[in-house]
Amino acid sequence: MKNIRFIILGILFGIILSKAEVISWYRIYEMFKFQSFHMYGIIGSAVVLGIILFSLFKKGTIKNYLGEKIELEAKKKGIYRTIIGGIIFGLGWGLIGACPGPMFILLGRGVLSILIVIFGGLLGVLFYHAIKNKLPH
Amino acid sequence: MDVISQPWPWYVGGPLITLVMFFLYYFGKKFGISSNLESICAMGGAGKIHEHFNFDWKKSSWNLMFVLGTIIGGFIAFKFMTPDQAIVLNPQTVSDLSEIGFENAGVQYLPEEIFGLDALLSIKGGATLIIGGLLVGFGARYAGGCTSGHAITGLSNLELPSLLAVIGFFIGGLIMTWLILPLLF
Repeated sequence: MKNIRFIILGILFGIILSKAEVISWYRIYEMFKFQSFHMYGIIGSAVVLGIILFSLFKKGTIKNYLGEKIELEAKKKGIYRTIIGGIIFGLGWGLIGACPGPMFILLGRGVLSILIVIFGGLLGVLFYHAIKNKLPH
Repeated sequence: MDVISQPWPWYVGGPLITLVMFFLYYFGKKFGISSNLESICAMGGAGKIHEHFNFDWKKSSWNLMFVLGTIIGGFIAFKFMTPDQAIVLNPQTVSDLSEIGFENAGVQYLPEEIFGLDALLSIKGGATLIIGGLLVGFGARYAGGCTSGHAITGLSNLELPSLLAVIGFFIGGLIMTWLILPLLF
């Protein structure tokens, strides 16, 4: 079962986000209140190292496990989709203090209420696709 | 053992997130959590409601396995690595929260006012949870990614759409935190 490596990476990710308190509602509130450097430090250091990592991918210095060049997918462009979609996402992030990753990690902590949040998240995805053609992108 | 039981500072958490991202790319995949919400919809038979969900979700099973791992990781961290569940907050945050109706901020990992059983069983609390989820799910797919896909991966790849999305995340989060939360609680 070659997918086991992804379970292991997921376990690591769940532990990292739990221990760094990224999945605590309080840390997200504190971030949006600009009352702590913690979340900015986490995202900022991840991105700075990510920029270095991706430049090594692009140069071909780091190859994948098959020895092939690592290709990076471009994100879909669009002012409306990114800004409006982003704002909607941010409203939800500020309200329940959990983005999609933390939702599942919190489930592992046995937080029952998060099942309702995940259900809401799935409804949101369905709803988006139902009205997608009517939205500006 | 203190290193394990204490909360990890940002300069440990951030680089470790990049390390996980590195391994995902090294194994030929990518780092993006919210697309799993699409896969779960497809898995649950949403193809009957909308043709978009007729894609082969099994191709994303590696990502679903990643999510399964995060649930296990959350359990392990909670059960074995976090003897003290308190969150050490800025005293200003604690007093701000108390002003808008959140008692004992930081004593537990999550606020009872949102995630507690009493909140879950109340109309306002249940609505808060489901609307929060709706906004996150809808917004993530509309924007084309969430914190992992846009804020970490997209910014690392110097993508303009991701910068716009992250600016959007912050506009939304600031409106919620500064203007709407004080009205709700």
